[in-house]
Amino acid sequence: MLKNRLATVLIWLSAALICAVFVCLLADMLRNGLPRLSWSFLSQAPSDAGRAGGIAPIIVSTGLIVLVAVSAAAPLSLATAILLSEFSSPNSRFCQVIERSLEVLAGVPSIVFGLFGNAFFCIYLGLGFSILSGGLTLACMALPIMINTATVGLRSAPDDYRLCAAALGMSRGAALLHLLLPAAAPAIIAGLMLGIARAGAETAALIFTSGYVDRMPDTLMDSGRALSVHIYDLAMNVAGGDANAYASALVLVVLLLIINSLASSLTQHWLRNRIMTS
Amino acid sequence: MTTNTSNTSHCADNGNPPEHAYTLGPLQVGPPCCDPEPLLRVDNLSLHYADKIALENISLAIYRGCITALIGPSGCGKTSFLSSLNRLTDMIPGCRVSGSIRFDGLDVRSPNLDVQHLRRDIGMIFQKPVPFPLSIRRNIELPLREHGMRSQAEINDRLQEVLRDVGLWDEVRERLETPAQALSGGQQQRLCIARALALQPKVLLMDEPCSALDPIASAVVEDLISRLQGRYTIVIVTHNLAQARRIANYAALFWMQERGGRLIEFGRCQQVFEAPAHRLTAAYVNGQRG
Repeated sequence: MLKNRLATVLIWLSAALICAVFVCLLADMLRNGLPRLSWSFLSQAPSDAGRAGGIAPIIVSTGLIVLVAVSAAAPLSLATAILLSEFSSPNSRFCQVIERSLEVLAGVPSIVFGLFGNAFFCIYLGLGFSILSGGLTLACMALPIMINTATVGLRSAPDDYRLCAAALGMSRGAALLHLLLPAAAPAIIAGLMLGIARAGAETAALIFTSGYVDRMPDTLMDSGRALSVHIYDLAMNVAGGDANAYASALVLVVLLLIINSLASSLTQHWLRNRIMTS
Repeated sequence: MTTNTSNTSHCADNGNPPEHAYTLGPLQVGPPCCDPEPLLRVDNLSLHYADKIALENISLAIYRGCITALIGPSGCGKTSFLSSLNRLTDMIPGCRVSGSIRFDGLDVRSPNLDVQHLRRDIGMIFQKPVPFPLSIRRNIELPLREHGMRSQAEINDRLQEVLRDVGLWDEVRERLETPAQALSGGQQQRLCIARALALQPKVLLMDEPCSALDPIASAVVEDLISRLQGRYTIVIVTHNLAQARRIANYAALFWMQERGGRLIEFGRCQQVFEAPAHRLTAAYVNGQRG
């Protein structure tokens, strides 16, 4: 009886601790960042090294970098996931080699990705410090998690669908397109969201690839400063930049939250519509 | 449906039923089905999963327009036999098939065969109904479109025809656009049968189509199957001996021997149930074994 109660208390305590960490973090950010947040903060360019002004060009740069990352990583990861789940057996040599490489890739520190991106995209491919280089580097980073979630999602689609579709003389491609991908859609979208979150929150890899420039970017070949880089710069290199750093962090978190909930509600809506309409 | 067996004058087991004590109630067979003309001919079929033998040296003929029931205890390879007929065994890693299967003069095992076309001709119904997570209409429309039917009017006609065939039309005509997975189990199974019928197959393979259903739904599906007799060639796996007796024209008993599943006895349903040639059959149909 006592043991049970003790265990219950411990479990509740650990859960409460987790919540407390989150609440503290959020409260800290809100307390320090909210007073600075205003429409002009969101719509103006930074001035005085970021101590004053807003973060408009930085939001745009961040958006562009994430967009480049997702549009490069999503098709690649989807294709790989389809290959892994539908066209090769999980025990095959080939599959194991790919999955092991993905595990290693997932564990590589982001600073290493930054160095690789700098050497490969900026210098070797001649893209320079640009939003394109940054986005492509982030795509490499987001690949493992996106491939893994999509593969797991596809593998957990009911085998009955595959069998039944085959018994109706449907091709594997048709079964994939009409039955398996929709069944795996929530997992694929979740992977996409994790990828975006990872890309949006990345700092180290971007310092070396998309650079520091806080002007409004004209093209993808311009250097652009991401929100996380901006926060890092304000907090570490600019005396008196703390308040704006907090405000920027709040914007970043809110943006990620919005993208996340938008994507999951869109998926739900789309799946429901698919069933309703012929 | 309840035609007396004495009408089956051209069938092999004509004559007075032998005076066997049977436990399953009076015998009923379907209407006299057929000139026993084989549509599917299986010779020396063996089937291995990795290093395990599932079936060994099965030879039998499936007759056009008849219902053939495969009976026998679980794990004796009935389902494996069924899925080798439409090459669904291709989907199972490590599964090897040997022997010959001829369908309407076609070599089913030929590597050059168009498997998708074969599976269109030989439809399959599974134990658990598997409606796709789409609307009722889309469930039937999807395979039709995959097989190249483009005209919406033609699709609608076919949809209505098969839903009427399975007795589902009046139940679902108002809600064709609603999710198929919201139907009851029995309705789902009938939808699956309609979906298979929509492709106008010659043969229907049914793997225990009633065993996941409640008795009433099961009776409806069984009734449907016996109505399909004559229009389609049906091979049905069933553990329900009374059902096999009621609907089948031919019956085959499979049994697990030490070297894998074997065909013990094959013949007219009445003969298998009333005058079994093999002692295992006699024991099984009288409920003493299995």
